[in-house]
Amino acid sequence: MAIDRETIVQISGSNPRLCMKCGKCSGTCPAYDKMEYHPHQFVDMVDRGDVEPLLHSQSLYLCLSCMACVERCPRNVAPGKFIEAVRLAVVRQQNMDHLIPEEIPGMLNEDLPQQAIVTAFRKYKK
Amino acid sequence: MQRIGVFVCWCGSNIAATVDVKAVAEALGKQPGVVVSKDYQYMCSASGQNLIREAIRDSRLDAVVICACSPHMHEATFRKCVSAEGMNPYMLEIANIREQDSWVHKDRKAATEKAISLGTAAIAKVQLNAPLFESPNPVTKRALVIGGGIAGMQTALDIAEAGFKVDIVEQKPTIGGKMAQLDKTFPTLDCSSCIVTPKMVDVGANENITIYSYSEVEKVSGFIGSFHATIKQKPRYVDATKCTGCGLCTTKCPSKRNLNEFNMNLNMRPAIYIPFAQAVPLVATLDPTACIHFKTGKCGLCQKVCEAGAIDYDQQPTYIEQDYGAIVLATGYNQIKPTKFDEYLYNNSPDVVTSLEFERMMSASGPTAGDLRVPSTGKRPRNIVFIQCVGSRGKDTCREKPYCSKVCCMYTAKHTILVKDHWPEVDCTVFYIDVRTPGKNFDEFYRRAVEEYGVHYIKGMVGKVEQGDGCLKVQASDLLNNRQIHMNADLVVLAAAVEPDPSARHLGTMLTASMDTNDFFSEAHAKLRPVESPTAGIYLAGMCQGPKDIPETVAQASAAASKVIGLLSKDHLMSNPCIAHSDPTLCNGCSQCTNVCAYGAISYQDQMVVYKGVRETRRVAVVNEAVCQGCGACTVTCPSGAMDLRGFANNQIMAEVDAICN
Amino acid sequence: MTYSYYPGCTLRTKAKILSDYAIASAKVLGFEMEEVENWQCCGGAYTASTDEIATKLTSVRALAQARDKGQDLLTLCSACYNVIKRVNADCRSNENFIQKANNYLAQEGVAYHGEVNVVHYLEVLRDTIGFDNLKKAVKNPLKGRKIGAYYGCLLLRPGRVLQFDDPENPKIMEDFIRALGATPVIYGQRNECCGGYQTLNDKELASSRSEAIVQSALSQGADCLITACPLCRYNLTVNSVTKVPVYYFTELLAEALGVKEEVENGN
Repeated sequence: MAIDRETIVQISGSNPRLCMKCGKCSGTCPAYDKMEYHPHQFVDMVDRGDVEPLLHSQSLYLCLSCMACVERCPRNVAPGKFIEAVRLAVVRQQNMDHLIPEEIPGMLNEDLPQQAIVTAFRKYKK
Repeated sequence: MQRIGVFVCWCGSNIAATVDVKAVAEALGKQPGVVVSKDYQYMCSASGQNLIREAIRDSRLDAVVICACSPHMHEATFRKCVSAEGMNPYMLEIANIREQDSWVHKDRKAATEKAISLGTAAIAKVQLNAPLFESPNPVTKRALVIGGGIAGMQTALDIAEAGFKVDIVEQKPTIGGKMAQLDKTFPTLDCSSCIVTPKMVDVGANENITIYSYSEVEKVSGFIGSFHATIKQKPRYVDATKCTGCGLCTTKCPSKRNLNEFNMNLNMRPAIYIPFAQAVPLVATLDPTACIHFKTGKCGLCQKVCEAGAIDYDQQPTYIEQDYGAIVLATGYNQIKPTKFDEYLYNNSPDVVTSLEFERMMSASGPTAGDLRVPSTGKRPRNIVFIQCVGSRGKDTCREKPYCSKVCCMYTAKHTILVKDHWPEVDCTVFYIDVRTPGKNFDEFYRRAVEEYGVHYIKGMVGKVEQGDGCLKVQASDLLNNRQIHMNADLVVLAAAVEPDPSARHLGTMLTASMDTNDFFSEAHAKLRPVESPTAGIYLAGMCQGPKDIPETVAQASAAASKVIGLLSKDHLMSNPCIAHSDPTLCNGCSQCTNVCAYGAISYQDQMVVYKGVRETRRVAVVNEAVCQGCGACTVTCPSGAMDLRGFANNQIMAEVDAICN
Repeated sequence: MTYSYYPGCTLRTKAKILSDYAIASAKVLGFEMEEVENWQCCGGAYTASTDEIATKLTSVRALAQARDKGQDLLTLCSACYNVIKRVNADCRSNENFIQKANNYLAQEGVAYHGEVNVVHYLEVLRDTIGFDNLKKAVKNPLKGRKIGAYYGCLLLRPGRVLQFDDPENPKIMEDFIRALGATPVIYGQRNECCGGYQTLNDKELASSRSEAIVQSALSQGADCLITACPLCRYNLTVNSVTKVPVYYFTELLAEALGVKEEVENGN
């Protein structure tokens, strides 16, 4: 199944047309400088159906899911939900996991909480 | 049976292109009672009207049906036309075959059938029409203006100029409103006080105007031309007739640490105070919640120093009863307190202020005499960040308004220009979503801020303001450059949304003046009747109807005044005869009609009723004919069928339905 | 008062002390924490999408168990609180979710419709014990200590669902710090993200976020930080460049109530 505007809108449960392009999400985002596409661009690109570039962007995996953009958005657009929806649509495809169990042992250290691993798997793996 | 004439209009090609008008005239001509049936190119034209008049004369018509455009368009025209031939104007019915037929259909055959059907229904109804007569009600030649800001003052002055008495009721101790708090006005930068205080003086001096300051409208009854109001004057504990406004009491009052509302709580005032030097009336007001005498029974210093003997600790509220012909609502607005926008630190930093607070900080009559200082440090700010649309245009109803507050773009441009004019070294940055500057010389003004004064306008919203080391840290997006900005600011100014004054809602309920979901008063027609409430005799001026700037407010105030003058210059008002009436023999006194009546037109009386030979006293509905607007809500609500609408009677409506269904 | 206690994965392993201090302090304050039987991991993150059902079932199972006991469900870890409370909100109002989740769980004999309240340990201190009573119970007031509360994201957002505190200007942890006799330090980054799970994806991002938080707290005069989240604590201690002590809030609670040593000796 193609990943298009409708797929993303449906998964996200949010409406990109509510956006008034104020940019508060991107003014809020703590991962902004690391991202290729920023929260306001996710909303706009999904709305225009220009989803393809997002599917291959590392920005999908850099969102912290901190919900600051969701909290502060004056239009209840919830930009973070679109990032989550695009990421889910990607990792649900075959062989598209962003993190695989085999990588984990190399990342472990004495203090790393289990919570980090389960959360990363929830975010990055089908 | 009535002798009926039918007139089918082509409306040029508007109707004739889609409806076979000849076929319609022919078909309707065969309906029972129809003695004439004609079609014509423009029935509303002089020759079209002559055609109707001739037919009334020649065929001795009792009633007329016109198949044409909506009655909204030409019902008044055709009523006048038939009246000229001595026919009662309510013996006319219009079948709307334009808006409801030719304009919305394409199939000529079906549209023609529909036109015949609509015409047949109108004929069926007109068979049951009876002549109706308008009746005169006297007009009280005095107006009530609620709110003494620039809107209320302008309305009152215009009405007074025309020679009518006007009373202004203002809840604050002085008239002047928000405009008296502003430093300068856009786009001319003239001093707000310099233009508003002479108006206040004019109002105070006008012999046709009575100001009830520190007062509220407690109760209103009645209807257009004949309202009755109770005005409550709150006790100011100062005899306004004796007080000379010398201000000695305010300087001697030992309770000095009370928030000064006029200065947006930025400094303190004494318990007995005059809001500002140009207040009208120039009379002191005592705040009992702050007064030592009221708390402990001691002090009494103001009473001792007052040479006029004006201080009266025992003053009670007084009530004024007055009749009015018209009421103008000019209750104004407030800026929201952005206490729910903690991402902008409003609650946690004195250096984050609203634009109205900033206005006082810049004003020569403000707490720093116009010397702009950072509240936390007392130093001149090095840079100021202005954030637009705070609380406007949002979806989150618990903290945001869905509308654009309209004035913020312009006053922010004004603020930046004023800052730069005084202190060119202060850096000004404006974060905006859109810059909205429709208005004469408005965009030019905003461009001056950018081009002449070098104000930085950045398209993007601020995400967060936080306390940094000795200054505020602002994190925002710069959408045009696709980057996130981190910058320092000494002062942050929030263009917080405007909202109607909370007193409006109570007044709206009392006057049955409808409001929108944002508590702005609704106008009778968004385009064609913008200064009238749907409730007859109630007029609207200023921000209470929707966000607007000073020139628009003044224009609306004068427009409302001219409507009031038009009303008050009449000795009598002719009432609309298409109103409800109740059959006492059918009424069971259930009160459902009173509950749905938006105009308060229905009351209950004990009446002697004779029904089927039995005489008894019953509690029955009575319609006040002067107040009823003929909306029909009561007639459809009435479970016993007692309530009926003249001109739109239940049997007439049923006759129309039957005609369409057959 | 007895709560159904949902510890979560990390509180049984790397962050066991967060739990141990809490249980010992609860005894002093007069409430019991009864661990949910056979609880399963909440997953660490709530997936904000309309079509994720299976990943939320572990939360529903724990909630149903608390409901059967007639108890509120208590959490300590911010992530567990966030996930379970949001799932509980779905169970109350999202018809699509309720129906599908209950279809899944029917074979286990579970049916759940959001009957339970999910509470965080801090909320128990605020709403049930009361910070005034906590203050009275303090044996060793933490006088003179300037403590920055670090909330992070998971306790606060989305505010409309969690209703834990004002998401932009919270005060529950500051009130907690005051009750212990210390001075709270309010700083701008206290409700901004620490970097979370990015420590496994982009360490640099986790590091820059944690450093920003530590710098913000230090600039306002904090000498240590408290948190309720093991991952926040990890990022703020391991990934930040500048080092500042970061404690679980329960450690300071146990210290103030005089049961810290008892817990440490017990371990």
